[in-house]
Amino acid sequence: MILLSVAWHSLLSRKKTAILTLISLTISIVVLLSIEHIRLQAKESFNRTISGVDLIVGAPSGQLNLLLYSVFRMGSPANNIKYTSFTMLEKRQLVDWAIPISLGDSHRGFRVIGTNNSYFTYYRYGKKQSLQFEHGSKFSSLFDVVIGADVAKELNYNLGDEIIIAHGIGNTSFTKHEQTAFVVSGILASTGTPVDKSVHVSLGAIEAIHLPPSALKKWLTNPEKTPPVPKSITAVMLKLKSKLSTFGLQREINNYPTDRLMAVLPGVAMTELWSLMATVENLLRAIAVLVLISSLFGLTTMLLASMNERQTEIAVLRMLGASPVTLLLLILLEAVILVSLAIIMSIVVLTLALYSLEAWLAAEFGLFLSDDIFTMELMGLISMIFIATLIVPLLPGIAAYKHALHAQLSSH
Amino acid sequence: MSTLAINLQDMHHHYKDTPASYAGLSIAQWQVDITERVFLHGNSGSGKTTLLNLLCGILLPTSGSVSLFDHNISALSNSQRDLFRAKNIGVVSQKFNLIPYLSVLKNIQLAAYFAKNSRPDVNSDVQTLLNALQLPSNIIHRQVNQLSVGQQQRVAIARALINHPRLLLVDEPTSALDASAKNAFMDLLMQICDNTKITLIFVSHDASLLHHFDSNLDITTLSKAEETMSL
Ligand SMILES: Nc1ncnc2c1ncn2[C@@H]1O[C@H](COP(=O)(O)OP(=O)(O)O)[C@@H](O)[C@H]1O
Ligand SMILES: [Mg+2]
Repeated sequence: MILLSVAWHSLLSRKKTAILTLISLTISIVVLLSIEHIRLQAKESFNRTISGVDLIVGAPSGQLNLLLYSVFRMGSPANNIKYTSFTMLEKRQLVDWAIPISLGDSHRGFRVIGTNNSYFTYYRYGKKQSLQFEHGSKFSSLFDVVIGADVAKELNYNLGDEIIIAHGIGNTSFTKHEQTAFVVSGILASTGTPVDKSVHVSLGAIEAIHLPPSALKKWLTNPEKTPPVPKSITAVMLKLKSKLSTFGLQREINNYPTDRLMAVLPGVAMTELWSLMATVENLLRAIAVLVLISSLFGLTTMLLASMNERQTEIAVLRMLGASPVTLLLLILLEAVILVSLAIIMSIVVLTLALYSLEAWLAAEFGLFLSDDIFTMELMGLISMIFIATLIVPLLPGIAAYKHALHAQLSSH
Repeated sequence: MSTLAINLQDMHHHYKDTPASYAGLSIAQWQVDITERVFLHGNSGSGKTTLLNLLCGILLPTSGSVSLFDHNISALSNSQRDLFRAKNIGVVSQKFNLIPYLSVLKNIQLAAYFAKNSRPDVNSDVQTLLNALQLPSNIIHRQVNQLSVGQQQRVAIARALINHPRLLLVDEPTSALDASAKNAFMDLLMQICDNTKITLIFVSHDASLLHHFDSNLDITTLSKAEETMSL
């Protein structure tokens, strides 16, 4: 204990260099931890977006592309598939449920999803959780809209509000479908997935707003109007009665004669995503590790540089009966104190940063990060940092040991 | 049990690389009795500090042995020797050599720690010592580099005495002091020696201090001598 206090006071006596070293260590540990946290959380956040879907069907393109636009609402679909392909799939004996998805419109920066009520019944995220309504309920008439939690919060929408849906993605699309006002019929509870940022409308409504203006006007004034039947949609999510039939059905869909279709397994597509991201991940990690190594070298340099001015100190401790090993231990203790402080500071900084940036990250990047950084993985990383710091100061520690062996009281 | 505190037999020491002017130490025989007070003098660079380093086991003789209180410390293992030094030898060196960033108390406690002196009343011992050394007890938590030179020196003595050593090695302690501080210091030191059965080796140039001592020794004669120099 007294050694710990000696190490502490020794650091205090070199306050300036010690603080600079501490800051450099803290920064690099924050970088390392946040890269690792974002990496793990991004994976987690992607993985929780979709659950219980066996096949995603869309127009042929890359399987990753299909996954990204249909589930994560990233990028835009290349082609559509026929609506009849959806009804065909929905009726198949093997199929438990099918959710149609039609993309391409937006509302004040949020994506519009054309779908039907099976979306609200069957869609699962996270650990097989279903969508819950915070207010209102699913579609009951053609121009009903169900909005995600973030949409409601950011645009300050309430049940019964009338909204305008624009064609094309982006806030300032010039062909706004002015004539047809939609009415908010439901607001979903927050899920921490892209659903929160989606505006859901019925397929019929999507079809209606895409009619030529004259046809639309005519249709609107028709007293016995039936909802227009969509001709095409973007994708279908399928849940099968038995997982065993997945590959068979996939093959069948890929070879479907009357429409050009492609079916992908979300898990497989996700794996492709991870392997694509692995390079970037590894690069980021390598950078973070290099940053940490450089600040550990900073720590070593600081301790080594202090060796010269500490020769008398070492001689005194020797004279009092300290063994060379004790002196090595003192140097290690100084490193351990600095690194422990740096780790504590990093955890505080990171928690505060996550706490305050959470909303922004979710809004800007669709990253749903948890501010709980005490995960197994991060704790493992912290222990590794700790062990690394026990190895790095061995160099100055051994210098102290050698000084100690030759230390003697001198007349000078 | 012999009555010898120090017993050097045929002890030689030289540094690996040393100026040509210094031939090393070569002591055929030197004995100091328990409670004897030795005044050791010699030219600068003649090896006085080296001899003290050999006595406390920080340096090892090139050949021959150093025995203290019937223990051949040259034959001890490194850690045994470190412990022997911590328990039995108090050192007050030229520059008092306190650890500047630690408090008075920590400096003294450290000496107790290395001597494995775990007596619970170490702290009250410190107080008693500081009182005896006429240091105000409120300096105990002050950092030593905030003290005056005279105060630092007395703290160094307190530290040297905390483990009740049998041998006290003092290296040119008065060179940094003015006349009155010097006298006060010597009176204090002699009083301590009177009260404890301590053996004292005192290195100094100052011949005016000679009257405090039992024997007066020139390092050059000691190093060349063939016969016993002890009185
Ligand atoms: N570690 C060392 N290595 C080599 N030479 C040394 C070392 N320490 C002291 N010396 C040399 O040994 C001689 C005696 O030094 P020292 O014992 O300090 O003399 P004194 O204390 O009598 O002034 C000096 O010439 C000094 O330069
Ligand atoms: Mg000297």
